[in-house]
Amino acid sequence: MQAINYQRINHILDAHHRDPLQLLQILLSIQIEYGGVSAPVRDYISKALGVPLAQVHGVVEFYHFLSPVPLGQFRIYVADNITDRMLGNGRVMETLLERLGVTLGTPRADGRVFVDYTSCTGLCDQGPALLINGRPLTRVTPEHAEEIAARINAGEPLDGWPSQWFHVEESVRVAGPVLTTHTEPGRALQAAFSKGREHLLKEIDKAGLRGRGGAGFRTALKWRVCRDAPGKAHYVICNADEGEPGTFKDRILLTRFADAVFEGMTLAGRVIGANKGFLYLRAEYAYIYPHLIATLARRRAEHLLGEDILGHEFSFDIEIHLGAGAYVAGEESALIESLEGKRAVPRPRPPYTATHGYLNQPSVCNNVETFVKTGLIALYGSDWFLESGTRQSPGTKLLSVSGDVARPGIYEYPFGVSVQTVLDAAGASDTQAVQVGGPSGTCITPAEFGRSISYEDLSTGGSFMVFGRQRDMLEVVQNFTHFFAGESCGFCSPCRIGTQLLRQSIDKIVSGHATARELADIEETARCTRSMSHCGLGQTAANPLLDTLKRMRPLYEARLCSLDFVPGFDLDDALAEARDLAQRDDLHAHLTQAGETDHARK
Amino acid sequence: MQENDFTFVIDGNSVSFEPGQTIMEAATQAGIYIPHLCYNPEFRPRGSCKLCTVKINGHFGTACTLPVMAGTQVENATPELMEMRRKVVQMLFVEGNHYCPFCEKSGNCQLQAVAYYVGMTDMHFPMFYPHRNVDASHPDMLLDRDRCIQCELCVRASHDVDHKDVFGLAGRSMQTHLVINSESGLLGDSDFSINDQAAHVCPTGALIPKSQAYPLPIGERLYDRQDISVVGHHQPATEDKDHG
Repeated sequence: MQAINYQRINHILDAHHRDPLQLLQILLSIQIEYGGVSAPVRDYISKALGVPLAQVHGVVEFYHFLSPVPLGQFRIYVADNITDRMLGNGRVMETLLERLGVTLGTPRADGRVFVDYTSCTGLCDQGPALLINGRPLTRVTPEHAEEIAARINAGEPLDGWPSQWFHVEESVRVAGPVLTTHTEPGRALQAAFSKGREHLLKEIDKAGLRGRGGAGFRTALKWRVCRDAPGKAHYVICNADEGEPGTFKDRILLTRFADAVFEGMTLAGRVIGANKGFLYLRAEYAYIYPHLIATLARRRAEHLLGEDILGHEFSFDIEIHLGAGAYVAGEESALIESLEGKRAVPRPRPPYTATHGYLNQPSVCNNVETFVKTGLIALYGSDWFLESGTRQSPGTKLLSVSGDVARPGIYEYPFGVSVQTVLDAAGASDTQAVQVGGPSGTCITPAEFGRSISYEDLSTGGSFMVFGRQRDMLEVVQNFTHFFAGESCGFCSPCRIGTQLLRQSIDKIVSGHATARELADIEETARCTRSMSHCGLGQTAANPLLDTLKRMRPLYEARLCSLDFVPGFDLDDALAEARDLAQRDDLHAHLTQAGETDHARK
Repeated sequence: MQENDFTFVIDGNSVSFEPGQTIMEAATQAGIYIPHLCYNPEFRPRGSCKLCTVKINGHFGTACTLPVMAGTQVENATPELMEMRRKVVQMLFVEGNHYCPFCEKSGNCQLQAVAYYVGMTDMHFPMFYPHRNVDASHPDMLLDRDRCIQCELCVRASHDVDHKDVFGLAGRSMQTHLVINSESGLLGDSDFSINDQAAHVCPTGALIPKSQAYPLPIGERLYDRQDISVVGHHQPATEDKDHG
């Protein structure tokens, strides 16, 4: 194990001004350098920041990519979204475990290597994907996994690996106004300065712009409420925690249109009277961080950020905060908790973010794509924006298409586009189902492919996963249900426990141990979890089960055993621990199942 | 509705409120019981147990965190809500390891009393049987995480009143658990004291005093004598003191 260099830790602490609000950022730096945040380091940080040790511990154990024990020099996380599974992540994982001689989720005996699964990494168009020390590798084959293992076993640092291994493709398949417009940085700001901030707000209002994260709240109303709210300071927050499985459109916007994102944030700052903005970047996209930092630096040099922007009496700057692996942080109040260096637990609402956000001050929190659109509206006006889309959903939407299609990637369509149009463009054939809006969205079957992508019909943050006829949809549902159970923040009881119960139910069905009673139980648990949960996570966690139960019930019924009563667990299996303790595994240490089997046959 | 109308409706009954009150506060003042576990009037509401979920103008929300608005229609003791609350209590029971028959808190336990109130007669769901750590390191208090429902009342009391931050939550999902503010992680190595407010707020038997188990026989304990809907939030610890 690497010895702790406290001088180095002091350096990290100083770089973050020993500010308790920077706790998560500090812990991330330490995690990257030492592969974990061990007890003595937690204690040291607690004292240095004046933050209770229990809180430091709480934060470390909350986030997927932080660890209370050192995990080693090489930390590999294999993406486990259903699309990665369909592309064969299982064989990649098997190869890695075998060649590295490591057990899943446990550091290797020599303390140098750690391998685990993680939720969707936003690389579904080029899976199976994995992250090594935060750096992405795409389209990993078992052969490639062997090479990776060989380099790790030889102790070769990542910097010496072929650089093309870390290349991430950005496949834009259908480009609309967002993806074809390359505006000179600063032009939208100039337009806003010349026409005034009230004019811009009115234009955004007239354009009917609604949040592109999926919830569809009217952007102008959010900005107005925030602007009018009293506070010591106002803040602009960009939600780049693109965590919904199957979504990766923000990855492309941040890579290719970072200027447009920052310009939109600056416009928001101008409108609401903020001097400070944060971009919360999901940990899986940490590889884009240097590019974003460089873009910010260039914008400062061009007087598009900092003091007196473009010679006007307006100061605004942007800080980038990294996430550390938590889907729930996509919920805006949880994201703000995380920005403040805490566990990403959604706050009780009201009060809302617009009046009580970061540090309880008025804050605007918008999706990456929404900020890009505000810049376009500032430049081209609301009439231009209203030319595309539907009456209730004006403008275009970026869709991240993955799964069983010939051409996965980004598709920009006006709202109102039918699911079938997208499928045809992406080269999907013999499609069994489409998951629109990710696991928290809607699962539809061919009869509904005429439905439209819009807030009034199929609302989506951008995820569009396609499943061909050959797929086992229950495996899809199982993957999604496990996802929610693992990502529940644990704050409220119906979600914390309900998502586990739903996970148990689908496992029982898939393993062939469920009776018709299970389906009724799922609906009961789902009703409670959906109605009583604190935030969107728990409220939507049962969607994959409920949608497919409604549309594909025969798939479930085919997996039920026909008995009236089947034990909820395997009694013999339950005695495994006792056998282990007694160090016995002979015939007499097992229950005779023959009689029961005979009975079952009758 | 008039401008100075400070009334709203719970289950068809008109209830008056003071501006700024939450639904829970106004209901309690009017003598209406809304089941709860993580709520305690002496502390900031947290809204995490979700037992106090009511329907406000048709939408679900927690009574302990939502402010009252004049004219609001609140559904509380409806069959729909009671059924869902029963499910949540059953969930809390299968999630931990609760052994009422020989638990020292039995009869003084809010979780148990609320379970009776919502009409829970069985666990309904499969038991999780989690492995959780018991911490007996403190000379005066026992921490049995088996019985913890993550309501954070001890966390809030220690932070807000005792100003010690002895407790915190760590982990997430099913791994959410109570951690102690000491290097060893043990309660005995923290500056926790039996005289702290945090020592007297646990609604279950997770945090209980040592060497004073079963001071009262069954039948004479707090919720044996009165239903929780009458006793409300009153803490068994206070009761014990009264009787001790």
